[in-house]
Amino acid sequence: MTINKVANGKDLTISLAGRLDTTTAPQLDDELKGSLDGVEKLEFDFTKLEYISSAGLRVLLSAQKVMNKQGSMVIRNVSEEINEIFEVTGFVDILTIE
Amino acid sequence: MREIVLDAKVENLPQLLSVIDEELEKAECSMKGQMQIDVAVEEIFVNVASYAYEDKSGSCRIEVDTDPANSYVTITFIDEGIPYNPLAKEDPDVTLSAEEREIGGLGIFIVKKSMDKTSYERKDGKNIFSMGYSWA
Repeated sequence: MTINKVANGKDLTISLAGRLDTTTAPQLDDELKGSLDGVEKLEFDFTKLEYISSAGLRVLLSAQKVMNKQGSMVIRNVSEEINEIFEVTGFVDILTIE
Repeated sequence: MREIVLDAKVENLPQLLSVIDEELEKAECSMKGQMQIDVAVEEIFVNVASYAYEDKSGSCRIEVDTDPANSYVTITFIDEGIPYNPLAKEDPDVTLSAEEREIGGLGIFIVKKSMDKTSYERKDGKNIFSMGYSWA
């Protein structure tokens, strides 16, 4: 998985490419831990994300919890297959997917 | 049917998934099906890798049985670790808000929801977990 971050003042956009699974989720978790301080608007771009498992959902849930306290979080360009996982788990109601 | 035996270690997950995907592609499984099956395989294999053998090492045998004529696949996981029935785990409440949600407990729930059939059996000192999926 590759993680691409673009920071602009209090906005942070993170684009993910590849697979967000058990082996790669810790990478994103570490990346987020070091970057969310002071961020008020977090955006994920999933255009190139091919796969997500529960390990990836856990990281998104912790990011959502952090952002609920300090601003907002949006996920864009979610594929049909990934959206299916969000639906099954009720994540469609927790996350803001645009 | 294709069979693969791996050390029950998380780092073997990519190898397992590439075998699964190869078989599913041969059987002309849909993209959505492949993704749901891969996610379920990951959850079950990672569980075995994390808990079955505690601090010791051990192996996991995976059987992939595709039935292209009926657009169906059955995948069975067999390990000789401590008795563990993943299906006995209580489902998380998926209607709770982010704050109330626990981190975790989702994996098995996804498996139960996305697979058409799941079963568990403890036999001859082995955990036998099986799941079936139809992409018809």
